[in-house]
Amino acid sequence: MNSFWIATIGTSVIAFALKYTGHSVPEKFFAHPKVQAINALIPIALLSALVAVQSFTDKSKLIIDHRLAGLGAALLALILKAPFPVVVISAAIASAAAYKLL
Amino acid sequence: MGAYGIAFGAAAVANGFSVLQSCLLSLLTFSGASQFAVVGVLGAGGTALSGIATASLLGFRNGLYGVIMAPRLKVKGFKRVVAAQVTIDESTAVALGQEVRGEKAMRQGFWLTGFGVFFFWNLFTVAGALGAQAMGDIRAWGLDSAVPAAFLGLVWPRLQSTRDRILAVGAMVFALAMTPILPAGLPIIATAFIAIVVGLRA
Repeated sequence: MNSFWIATIGTSVIAFALKYTGHSVPEKFFAHPKVQAINALIPIALLSALVAVQSFTDKSKLIIDHRLAGLGAALLALILKAPFPVVVISAAIASAAAYKLL
Repeated sequence: MGAYGIAFGAAAVANGFSVLQSCLLSLLTFSGASQFAVVGVLGAGGTALSGIATASLLGFRNGLYGVIMAPRLKVKGFKRVVAAQVTIDESTAVALGQEVRGEKAMRQGFWLTGFGVFFFWNLFTVAGALGAQAMGDIRAWGLDSAVPAAFLGLVWPRLQSTRDRILAVGAMVFALAMTPILPAGLPIIATAFIAIVVGLRA
């Protein structure tokens, strides 16, 4: 079994376990405001880190390439309050164009 | 939802997952951010373990939604299993939004949204995965930028306060700074600990 299968199955099992556990524990268990605060902050940190790593790294090297154009387009689309599909598609178009030109 | 599902299917295949694995992730994990995360970490060369860990940290919030939804849905046995599987951002948000209109509207909102999103999410994952498989060089189609753009689109509405924005920029800088030093995947997971520290000090 390769790492892609392990990741697929492992992620799925834990994702469901987390959802089901939530439905089975008493409500007050997670009512603490610090737990709520951390719960809101973790996605911000992880998603931001993923944006950076997926845009500016190649294996373990830092690199600036055509993907910068894609990220710039996505950022612009978000500032202009574009809906999610427009954000992704404009990033893809800008990145593909930069890849062809560079 | 459609474009997002397509983006996931395409991103999964672009990052080395098979069409079957991409579809299984949408059927079984069924949580967009977690799915994008595991695909992103493995695509960046991370191990299965760091991919699972990152996805699970993101999936933790679904557990909290379950805590909120369980006393409102009051379901047991197999129905609870189904309810748990469709407990995600969208179904919880719609249910809580409908709560002012009574318990029945709230439950209806939860189930309709949960099943609706599940159906279309899986349908469009297949489309995106098959599409990306047919593309060849993903860079020529800009797919390698679609993934970070999707992450940016996911994090953007969450940046409500100055603290949120500082954390976002800090996590980006930290992850990049650690990339040449730590094994792939770890620089991403490590930022969760920054979030925990910030949350504890709040």
